[in-house]
Amino acid sequence: MTCNAQKREAFAEPSDLSGVALAKTEAKDAIPSSGNLLRRNDHAGQEPHCFLAKHGERYARHLSLPEIGEKGQKKLGKSRVLIIGTGGLGSPAAYYLAAAGISTIGLMDSDVVELSNLQRQILHFTPDLGRKKTASAEDKLKMLNPDVQIKTYPIRLTSENARSILCDFDFVIDATDNFGSKILIANACHSAGKPYSHAGVLRFFGQTMTVIPGQTACYRCVFESPPEDPEIPQGPLGAVPGVIGSIQAVEAIKYLLHVGDLLTNRLLTFDAIKLRFREVPLKQNPHCLLCADA
Amino acid sequence: MNITVNGEKSKIPAGHKLADLIKTQSPSNKRIAVLLNDDLIPSDKQAGHILKQGDRVEILTFAGGG
Repeated sequence: MTCNAQKREAFAEPSDLSGVALAKTEAKDAIPSSGNLLRRNDHAGQEPHCFLAKHGERYARHLSLPEIGEKGQKKLGKSRVLIIGTGGLGSPAAYYLAAAGISTIGLMDSDVVELSNLQRQILHFTPDLGRKKTASAEDKLKMLNPDVQIKTYPIRLTSENARSILCDFDFVIDATDNFGSKILIANACHSAGKPYSHAGVLRFFGQTMTVIPGQTACYRCVFESPPEDPEIPQGPLGAVPGVIGSIQAVEAIKYLLHVGDLLTNRLLTFDAIKLRFREVPLKQNPHCLLCADA
Repeated sequence: MNITVNGEKSKIPAGHKLADLIKTQSPSNKRIAVLLNDDLIPSDKQAGHILKQGDRVEILTFAGGG
């Protein structure tokens, strides 16, 4: 049994746009620049254009992309993404998704801001020390884009609360910093049928993959169980989760818009020392604890 | 004998076992997952697995940070 509306196909079609005046002209043709856009909307005799009048300038660079345009931007404005972990990976992911005009961003983190976080967790500033990370993150994202709804969960994800929380979102970003949470997210997303982006970083290294549960290789097709002797965390270099978390935001947006090729059935690895990206092909593991009985 | 390890060509002696390769590549084999020609090889199957010419091995690290 999965949550409603989790199928990617469901998002491929423009959903209910009632209450928003539809464009008569394709945005990609009509919007060479935000200045022109605003002037065009001021012309007497033209039909009022609520969406573009309100959002045209903020999202002008998205609107100029044929793959997004007005239709895609509206779709982002009706989409909901849960980011679990507001640290090194979650910071860039949350910033880019808020900037992109995602309707609702869920932020889950039970930690408070510590001084050693600030080397990489760019949602949090020095005056935030001791604050809940979710509250600190919410402040920054609201300043960046007041249109975005932020839902905060200053708690840990558990197998008990996962289903009810995940059901409120279209896509999940695993930006956690421990194996237990990553396994739990993989399990919960599989159970709820929620697509997710996995990522992890270590020293100068990062990796990420996107999972459509039941359809593509999942985290546990590769990493069956947590390691018996988890390594004492070293690093990472602060900008490494910046690179990987940004890719997670890209994947969320591509999924929501149904554009491009998702990072499915492959693990992208990033070695910052050699400055090399590699793709490792993956396939569903017939013995996977999650996928085998799917 | 030539094989590919994490995308790079590597020479190994004939009869070399997967577990021997893993030992030289990753000091702690408890924090990795191993794919041989795109198939996951569980840790209990790695010891007896003899590598063949042209094999592609991926030694994936658990990266738990975030």
